[in-house]
Amino acid sequence: MEIVLAIGIGVFAGSGVWLLLRPRTYQVIIGLSLISYAVNLFIFSMGRLKVGAPPILPGPGVGDPATMADPTPQALVLTAIVIGFAMTALFLVLLLAARGLTGTDHVNGRED
Amino acid sequence: MVRSLADHLVIVPILLPLVVGAAMLLFDERRRRLKMTLSLATVTALLVIAVTLLIRAATIDTDGDATVIVYPLGNWPAPFGIVLVVDRLSALMLVLTSVLGLSSLLYALARWHKAGPRFHTLFLLLLTGLNGAFLTGDLFNLFVFFEVLLAASYGLVLHGSGTARVKAGLHYIPVNLVASSLFLIGVAIIYGVTGTLNMADLARLVPSLNIDERALFETGAAILGIAFLIKAGMWPLCFWLPTTYAAACAPIAAMFAIMTKVGIYVILRLFLLCFGGEAGNSAGFGADWLFFGGMATIAFGGIGVLASQSMLRLAGYSVLVSSGTILAAIGTTNSAVISGALFYLITSTLSISAFFLLIELIERGRDAGADVLAVTMEAYGDGESDEEEDDDEGEVGVAIPATIALLGGAFVACTALLAGLPPLSGFVGKVAMLSALINEAGSISIANWVLITLLMFTGFATLIAMTRTGIRTLWMPGEGAIPRVRAVEAAPVGALLALCMLLTVFGGPAMRYMDATAQMLYWPQEYARDILGIAPAGTVPLRPTTGTGGKP
Repeated sequence: MEIVLAIGIGVFAGSGVWLLLRPRTYQVIIGLSLISYAVNLFIFSMGRLKVGAPPILPGPGVGDPATMADPTPQALVLTAIVIGFAMTALFLVLLLAARGLTGTDHVNGRED
Repeated sequence: MVRSLADHLVIVPILLPLVVGAAMLLFDERRRRLKMTLSLATVTALLVIAVTLLIRAATIDTDGDATVIVYPLGNWPAPFGIVLVVDRLSALMLVLTSVLGLSSLLYALARWHKAGPRFHTLFLLLLTGLNGAFLTGDLFNLFVFFEVLLAASYGLVLHGSGTARVKAGLHYIPVNLVASSLFLIGVAIIYGVTGTLNMADLARLVPSLNIDERALFETGAAILGIAFLIKAGMWPLCFWLPTTYAAACAPIAAMFAIMTKVGIYVILRLFLLCFGGEAGNSAGFGADWLFFGGMATIAFGGIGVLASQSMLRLAGYSVLVSSGTILAAIGTTNSAVISGALFYLITSTLSISAFFLLIELIERGRDAGADVLAVTMEAYGDGESDEEEDDDEGEVGVAIPATIALLGGAFVACTALLAGLPPLSGFVGKVAMLSALINEAGSISIANWVLITLLMFTGFATLIAMTRTGIRTLWMPGEGAIPRVRAVEAAPVGALLALCMLLTVFGGPAMRYMDATAQMLYWPQEYARDILGIAPAGTVPLRPTTGTGGKP
């Protein structure tokens, strides 16, 4: 399972970086989104991978950490997803504004 | 331990602008007077609170330690819950933020706040983010406040709209989004290795990491460091900075003078906390990168200052020089140099902010080509300098006769501050750093000599560049109309410069404060002990507050 996740993160991050370096604003925004997917999966994996383990204590008393997943990275990922989503939306607005003002979708605002 | 009302003062710098900023969204854009009054009152209150916190942080605690005010949000004990921390450094940064906030806001009230929608809300949210970033004691919480301040800054960069701003934003925003991704990766690795996000707890855990864990931890810290260095503007991560700052409108650029300092603040805090003198085998990790990277930034900034054709870009490169100087000073890991750098941080931020405001005042009523002429005429001789121009139609009648003299005086003060010339506080900060570098135990290393030379060189370069633009813009007869300056616009510039003068006059007490701050940063156990030993209201302390050594 680890290898699948690792390859997944790698593909996301690799494609994201490639797209980020492209000259069109639409490619840049898709690249940024892919990078944020990779980052979110990465944060999630830093809580160690466990299958079928809830991130909460099963009942009263001191629980056994071996039977539960780490809740902190899951909380962090939720925050990161929300923030990443908001930033993508904001950048999308700017992208449209730039397209309208400069008449091109090149990241430098002019074709060359 | 029941918390008094005064203890809750710690969270007010975050809550107050957040609540007021959000509430202002409910009012119509046309109710300008109400919005002006509300935001002015908020920012003034922030300044008062910040000064109160500074005074509290500067007084010595009853147990003989320096005061560290810890405020557990949600009342959970430190390593589990998120804490806000006020110590000397964060209190100082809070005061600096609110001073810049007040002066920029006053300036903006003259005309800039009408240039686009929701200026006041964005401005207050920027202050929320800045205050939060300076106050928090938790890495992930730091990320959240970074995003708050960045989101507000994206809006503010575009304030007033126009092609130049949108183009600059198109570079500024992706760069910072990538930096935020790196920030998250770094935080995730550090959490994966140590299992904690509390900065004080991290400092406690670092010396006990084994070799494998240390390698991973240092990787995470390096990635995190890159994210902050992008924000601080270290070469080669700084190419977005001068363009963005030059494109932003004057009060926003003046406020952005502190944005690079947020990156520097975090590096200062985390680097000395995790890799300071007590970090065992990890001690000093990354110091060389900061030192040499800082020097490269100073050199790049110095050359940029000399080559700038417009005053705004000149100011942008001065930001880089200031960042580079502080980064290199942190890289020396010498507490005396760091205390000098702290003093320099305050004066350079104040003077760059004043300079950004001043530029807009001077540039009113001038044609845009004059800046380019200043440099090209220098290069090709001034054959056409005595050519008279009479295009002062309109705008003349209202002008204050002494305007040019006032602006010129302020310009000279800015020059002296930025170049580090004797009568003003820029000089005090530079001398403090230089004398600490020279007085270092044993012989002075070659690297330190290079740093000393670079500091001298940039001071000289700034002086040349500022004198050149000053002569071309202020001493040229008949070039454009006399700028119309309102008192409310001149006052913030004057106030910022007066603060720099005050820092010179009270250089002794200020330097003592910086020394104590640097000492505290350099030996962080006291900070860590105070944070981890804090008990939530109504319970017994989790860890004993005494023991575990003092200052060596």
